[in-house]
Amino acid sequence: MSSRRSRSRHSAASRITDDQIIDLVSKLQQLLPELRNRCSDKVSAARVLQETCNYIRSLHREVDDLSERLSELLANSDTSQAALIRSLLSQQS
Amino acid sequence: MASTAVSNPAVNNSDRSLLRRKKKKKIPNQNQNLRNQAQAAQTEWKSDTQQQAYSSKLLQALRRVRITGGAAPKGGRAVREAADRVLAVAAKGRTRWSRAILTNRIKLKFMKNSASHKRQRVTVTTGNSRRQKKPRVSILRLKTKNLPAFQRKASVLGRLVPGCRKQPLPVILEEATDYIAALEMQVRAMTALTQLLSGASSSSSSSSASSSSSSSVNALNQLGSSRHPPAS
Repeated sequence: MSSRRSRSRHSAASRITDDQIIDLVSKLQQLLPELRNRCSDKVSAARVLQETCNYIRSLHREVDDLSERLSELLANSDTSQAALIRSLLSQQS
Repeated sequence: MASTAVSNPAVNNSDRSLLRRKKKKKIPNQNQNLRNQAQAAQTEWKSDTQQQAYSSKLLQALRRVRITGGAAPKGGRAVREAADRVLAVAAKGRTRWSRAILTNRIKLKFMKNSASHKRQRVTVTTGNSRRQKKPRVSILRLKTKNLPAFQRKASVLGRLVPGCRKQPLPVILEEATDYIAALEMQVRAMTALTQLLSGASSSSSSSSASSSSSSSVNALNQLGSSRHPPAS
């Protein structure tokens, strides 16, 4: 009983509508490569959240891997190429 | 007297209804504006000009990191931090996660010495507060949202997106949408950059690969010249 009362109080105060959240979740679903092709009826909101977390974690991992490779490449490219790149960049400044 | 008494409530009612109508008009307009902004931002992350601008700025930032030296943040970590910083700048402060990334770096710079101690303390307090408080995400008619599993996933997502730990659910969802688009652009740009640089470095050793090196140099030239993208 008290939970129902507090819920209604929150809903009046925060004005977060159901439809708003459903809309946001569906928009998120469109971005996820896993769930884009599936029809939205079968995908629950919890599933969308789970896939979002997984997707963000995988993107983070990709960025970390790419940063490692980039740092290696930049460290190793102490050749004429690096000097060329540097001169190109300094030209634009 | 009776007539005035009758007319007054009528006037009041009309005033009140006018106010109510005005209030009703405002809110959907705001929502529409926000939605349009979000959509515009979405397409922006996918545009080529945005990627070019990001790549060139990233290259400059990386050069600065290398030249100033300091193996303090180890190679890959430094690149990751620079990439995130440039990404946050590219967001032009419209989103919470970008502002959080930029302010976190400033905070860490000032709190370098006591950072580890403070982090330990902070985790302890947040752990306690989470146990005591109920989840702030108060949602309402959809049954799934009141499930603890859903709340847990929402808080996990809030922790993944920078700057959204204590935000209500719709904020987290919006920020996640933009954050994912930005991360995808970051991955695309860094992949292209890696291919360019690896192509350049591999061809430097072989003397006969002048064509490939020149093409990569041309691409890098384009990156450098696209520093000032057309103001849209």
